[in-house]
Amino acid sequence: MSQKQELLKINNLKQYFPIKGGVLGRTVNHVKAVDDISFNIYEGETVSLVGESGCGKSTTGRAILRLDDPTDGTVEFDGQDLLSMSKKEMRDMRKDLQIIFQDPYASLNPRMTVRQTLNEAMEIQKVVPQDERNDKIAELMETVGLQPHQVDRFPHEFSGGQRQRIGIARALSVNPKLIVCDEAVSALDVSIQAQVLNLLKKFQNEMNLTYLFIAHDLGVVRHISDRIIVMYLGKIVEMGDTKSIFENPQHPYTKALLSAIPVPDPEKKTDRIFLQGDVPSPMDPPKGCRFHTRCPFATEKCAEETPELRNEDYMEGGHVAACHYMKDIEAGVHQPTKDTTTVRG
Amino acid sequence: MSNQQVEAAPTQPKVENPRVKAMKDFYRRLKKNVPALIGFYTILILVIFSFIGPWMLSADPSDTDVINKFAGPSAEHWFGTDHLGRDIFTRIVHGMKLTLGIGFASVFMGAAMGIPIGIIAGYYGGKIDAVIMRLIDILLAFPGILLALAIVSILGGNLINVTIAVAIYAIPGFARIIRGSTLAAKNLEYVDAIKALGAGDGRIIFKHILPNVLSPVIVNATLYIATAILTAAGLSFLGMGAQPPRPEWGAMLNDGRSYMRDAGHIAFFPGMAIVIVVLAFNIFGDGLRDALDPKMKK
Repeated sequence: MSQKQELLKINNLKQYFPIKGGVLGRTVNHVKAVDDISFNIYEGETVSLVGESGCGKSTTGRAILRLDDPTDGTVEFDGQDLLSMSKKEMRDMRKDLQIIFQDPYASLNPRMTVRQTLNEAMEIQKVVPQDERNDKIAELMETVGLQPHQVDRFPHEFSGGQRQRIGIARALSVNPKLIVCDEAVSALDVSIQAQVLNLLKKFQNEMNLTYLFIAHDLGVVRHISDRIIVMYLGKIVEMGDTKSIFENPQHPYTKALLSAIPVPDPEKKTDRIFLQGDVPSPMDPPKGCRFHTRCPFATEKCAEETPELRNEDYMEGGHVAACHYMKDIEAGVHQPTKDTTTVRG
Repeated sequence: MSNQQVEAAPTQPKVENPRVKAMKDFYRRLKKNVPALIGFYTILILVIFSFIGPWMLSADPSDTDVINKFAGPSAEHWFGTDHLGRDIFTRIVHGMKLTLGIGFASVFMGAAMGIPIGIIAGYYGGKIDAVIMRLIDILLAFPGILLALAIVSILGGNLINVTIAVAIYAIPGFARIIRGSTLAAKNLEYVDAIKALGAGDGRIIFKHILPNVLSPVIVNATLYIATAILTAAGLSFLGMGAQPPRPEWGAMLNDGRSYMRDAGHIAFFPGMAIVIVVLAFNIFGDGLRDALDPKMKK
C-alpha cells in the first residue's frame, strides 16, 4: 500500500457549525460535527467511512468537496491544498472530485431532462467540445446501463436505481479522479444495491477511480472497500485494512458495530453487543474518550485522557485504533466495568 | 419489451419537446378543475375583448347624450347611461383595458422586483437576508391601501403612479414566497451536485433554483392581480387614481355613488364588472395552485 501514490491527504480537519441564539443572533455554541481527524486515501483504492448517524461522516465528505467550508485543517488533493484555493481555482479542481448522493430522488433537478443534466456538467467543466457532447452522453448512458433513447426523459420517469445511475453518469461525465459516494446505495433495494456497487467496482477498474465510500451498512462496506475508517461523534476511533478491521476489531465501538451486522441464519446465535444510552450531543461531547459514556470497558482514565490512534504490534496493515485498553482487552486482562452485553429476546 | 425495440429502432425516436410535454401535463390537470377552467376562459375572453371591444363599438366612451342621462338599461344603451349621459357599456368595455392593464402591469413589476429580492435573501442568507427581510417587514406593516395612497400622494395621482404604488405593495408578498422556497431549494442535493461540478451562483440561481420555486409565484401572481385590480379601483374611487373622463371602473363606481338611490345602475354595472374580473382571477388562481402542486400529480 505504501508504494501507492497518495491522492487525498486530510490533516486535522475540523468542522464546527455555529449555533446562533438569543435576540442578537450571537453564536452561543458549536456543533462539533468533525473534530480533528486525519487520514489519507491512496490512488485507486476504496476507503469506507462508517459510523452511526450524526458521527460526521457525511460532513467529512462535504468538507473535502468544499460544499461546506471547514473550520480548520487541510485537505490536500494531488499535492494541492484545496482549502486555501480561491473559488475560481477550486472550480477548476472540481472536475477531479465528484460526489454521488444518497437520495436519487433529490439529487437530480426535476425540471431538467437527463440530457440537459449531463450536458450541463460537461458544459461547466468544458471537458468535451459541444459538438461531441451528444455522443458522449449516449456513451455515458450505455456505460451506466441505461438506454440512450431514454436521454430525453425527466427524472420522475425513472426508478430509484435508474436515477442513481444517472447520478453516477453525471459524476463520471467530467472524468474525475476521486468520487465521494455519500451513502450512494443506502436508499436502494438490496438487489439494486448490488447492481450499483458492481457498476462502481467496474468503473474503478476501468478508469482507475478512487472512492471515498460513506456508509452505515457494514455488509456493503466489506464488499467494496480496501480500507475502513470508523468514526464516532466526530472523531476517528479505528482505521485499517478491511480484513484486519473485520477479523480483528480493536475499539469497543467497532466491535459493537460489527456485532450488529445481520447474519442471514435465524438459527445462528450471535453475541450481539447492545450499547446502552444514546450518542451524546456533539455540541458538548464528553471529555476524554468520546465513547466512554457508553463503553462497557470504560474507567476513570477514559473520562479524563483522550486516547490517540495507535498501532499495537499484533495489529496488521496500518491498523490503528484509539483506545487506552485495547491491548488489555485483547489479552483478556481488562474486564468490562459495566454490564452492557445483553442479548435481547 | 416490444415497445422498447420499437423505440430503439435506428430511426431517431420521436422526441417530444420537454417544455411542451410539461405544458400539456399541466393543462391536463387544470382541465379537471372546472371552476378554474371557467375562470381561465373568462380571463381569456376578457383580455381578447378588451382589445377588440373598443373597435367593435362605434361610440366614444366620452360621448355624452344629454337628453338621455340617467337612462336605465335599454336596447340603445345596454347598461344605461350615467349622469352625463355617457353610455356605461361603452365605458366599461373601454375601461377593461385599463383595469386589466393595471392588474397585469403592477403584478409584473412587483414580481420583477420581489423575485430577485427574495432569491438573494434566501440564497445568500445571513446579514443580507436579515436586512432585506426587515425592510420587507416594514413594508408589510402598512395597510395596503394606505401605503398605496401614501405613494400616490407623493408621486401624484395618475394611472402610472397607481400601477407603481400597487406594484410596490406587491413586492413583499413575492419576496417572502420566493425566499421561503429558495431556502428549501438551496439545500436540495441537486444544488449540491451542481455546486460540486463547479457551477457559479448565477447558474445555480437561474437554472436550478428559480425554475423550481416559480410555481407558488405564478399562483400568487394570479391571485394578486385580483387584489391589484381592487386596490387600483379603490384608489380611483377615492379620486387618487384615474382622472375623469377616463373610464376606469373604480372611478365610474365613484361617479355612480351620488346617484345610488335614483339610478343604481350607474354604480351597479362597473361594480359587477370588477366582481366578475376579480372572481375569475381568484378561482383561476386557486385552480392553478392545485394544478401546479406536484403532490396532485396522478
